[in-house]
Amino acid sequence: MTYENRIWQWLAHMVYLLLTIACVAPFILLLVSSFTDETEIMRNGYSFFPKVFSTAAYEYLLSGSSSIFRAYGITLFVTIVGTTAGLLIAALLAYPLSRADYPARKALAFFVFFTILFNGGLVPTYLVYTQLFDLKNTLAGLIVPGLLTNGFYVLLLQTFFRTSVPLAVIESASIDGAGEFRIFWSIVLRLSTPVLATVGLLQTLSYWNDWMNGTIYLTDVKLYGIQNLLNRILSDAQFIANSNFGSEIINIAAAPLETVKMAIAVIGIIPILVAYPFFQKYFVKGISIGAVKG
Amino acid sequence: MSQAATARGIAKEAPQKRRFRKYLPLTIMVLPGVLYFLLNNYLPMFGLVIAFKDIDFSQGILASDWAGLQNFEYLFKTSDAYIITRNTLLYNGAWIILTAVSGIMLAVLLNEVRQRFFARFYQSIILLPHLISIIIVAYLSYAMLSLDTGFINTTILPALGIDKIMFYFEAKYWPFILTVVHMWKGLGYSVIIYYAAIIGIDEEYYEAARLDGAAKYQQILYITIPLITPVIIMLTLLAIGRIFYSDFGLFYQIPMNSGAIYETTNVIDTYVYRGLLGLGDIGMSAAAGFYQSIVGFILVLTANMIIRKFSRDNAMF
Repeated sequence: MTYENRIWQWLAHMVYLLLTIACVAPFILLLVSSFTDETEIMRNGYSFFPKVFSTAAYEYLLSGSSSIFRAYGITLFVTIVGTTAGLLIAALLAYPLSRADYPARKALAFFVFFTILFNGGLVPTYLVYTQLFDLKNTLAGLIVPGLLTNGFYVLLLQTFFRTSVPLAVIESASIDGAGEFRIFWSIVLRLSTPVLATVGLLQTLSYWNDWMNGTIYLTDVKLYGIQNLLNRILSDAQFIANSNFGSEIINIAAAPLETVKMAIAVIGIIPILVAYPFFQKYFVKGISIGAVKG
Repeated sequence: MSQAATARGIAKEAPQKRRFRKYLPLTIMVLPGVLYFLLNNYLPMFGLVIAFKDIDFSQGILASDWAGLQNFEYLFKTSDAYIITRNTLLYNGAWIILTAVSGIMLAVLLNEVRQRFFARFYQSIILLPHLISIIIVAYLSYAMLSLDTGFINTTILPALGIDKIMFYFEAKYWPFILTVVHMWKGLGYSVIIYYAAIIGIDEEYYEAARLDGAAKYQQILYITIPLITPVIIMLTLLAIGRIFYSDFGLFYQIPMNSGAIYETTNVIDTYVYRGLLGLGDIGMSAAAGFYQSIVGFILVLTANMIIRKFSRDNAMF
């Protein structure tokens, strides 16, 4: 390797080392703070190197954690149902679009595409879902608006189906007597697992991270998913004390609110951080294809 | 003769019927998605007319009286209309340039990392902030910015001998804070996109350049950058097409909805939201939403028209 190349290598590593620190440091601050003693935080603030450690925040949260588990349960349910249903609807719509012989293809493609170009925005959408359909304070309010936000994924799937599922295979299956549904289910979907995994992952993340629908359509805190719970606690620390987060034995005034805030955020990100190494490959790919047109 | 006509009619109708039956399964497949888009996307488009109504929930939306342009008059008479438009355009404009420049530079550098393990490791790390919800980011920035306990106020500022700053109450710091948070969360995304474009460049160009004695910076300047220019232009134009929309979560959650700093944190999206669900006027909120939808649509069409002129392949339509 030439001298010049080596310099560039070093430069790249130095810059990315700094970036790595910048990306990871806030998470470390969060983690360390959640294990810091409350009085120490009151005195010295959140710190990377606290003098007194404590697990009081976690004990406090776990002593009356039914609401956290509940919120996790709701998020999990919404994510699974929403992703499965959304992916299925999108694929069902994408397959006929990918078939060059389907008569309504052109009109339908425009119908799908136009949703990317133009939308009515928050106010009319809200009114449709609350006045026309009664989605306020229902789980459906957390699921339905995110199923297919617009036609982007449909077009992405359509492109993949058209370019990667050979027409000859579909035709021969049809000659062998397979119906369209059978072809869709056992050929098209089977041959498309990479793109389904990628779109499914992006959908999963958007449901998991969604707080917007909860903020808009929920007033009932019992239906809060994990993001809405976190959101509420950040803006209103007393919310932890007022709902059943801490056990009744612990005095509200003594609740380690500042550390509890950090602890609950840690609990909120752990699942995603733990799963990240496993889906990291699809995530990077999903982002790269997100840039090119569908 | 009439018999012949009927016969012809049947002959004409039959293939159509057969066609209909042949494609019936495909049509059934399409139905759920079509229905969904009708309700979730098309119905609200018609709902935009509420911007012209004097909304009264007791009468119902459609039965509410027409208000003509009154909502718009009210909206544009307030200073809000100017502030939210200015903030939306300035933030997005600055960020488009910043993200493009730093994204390209970092992607070029990432391409210099030859060890595969590190290249992949760095990609995963810089995408980490993109992976988490804006709520978590709000926690992280709270841990930095909080007055009594935040890292900046308790560790960094005292070390520099500066007094504590009430970040959540002083508007002047927010252009900087929001820019940092936005870059922190979104930079990895554009690096990955530019990096994907760069690794797609044929190695032969570089070999030829090296044979001619081109230095590394020359290779970057005269090969890498020109060859990814289509991607740069396309991404930039797409972003310009969306310049009227902003990341609602960023502007709503990171300042923790603090009213004292609306001057520099209020954008069209947050304004519309507050009008609808917070303390605000739903008529003006609907008017602002209408304004955003229409101007946004025109910008998308314009951006696409320019992309089309430049390169047909990259245009959306």
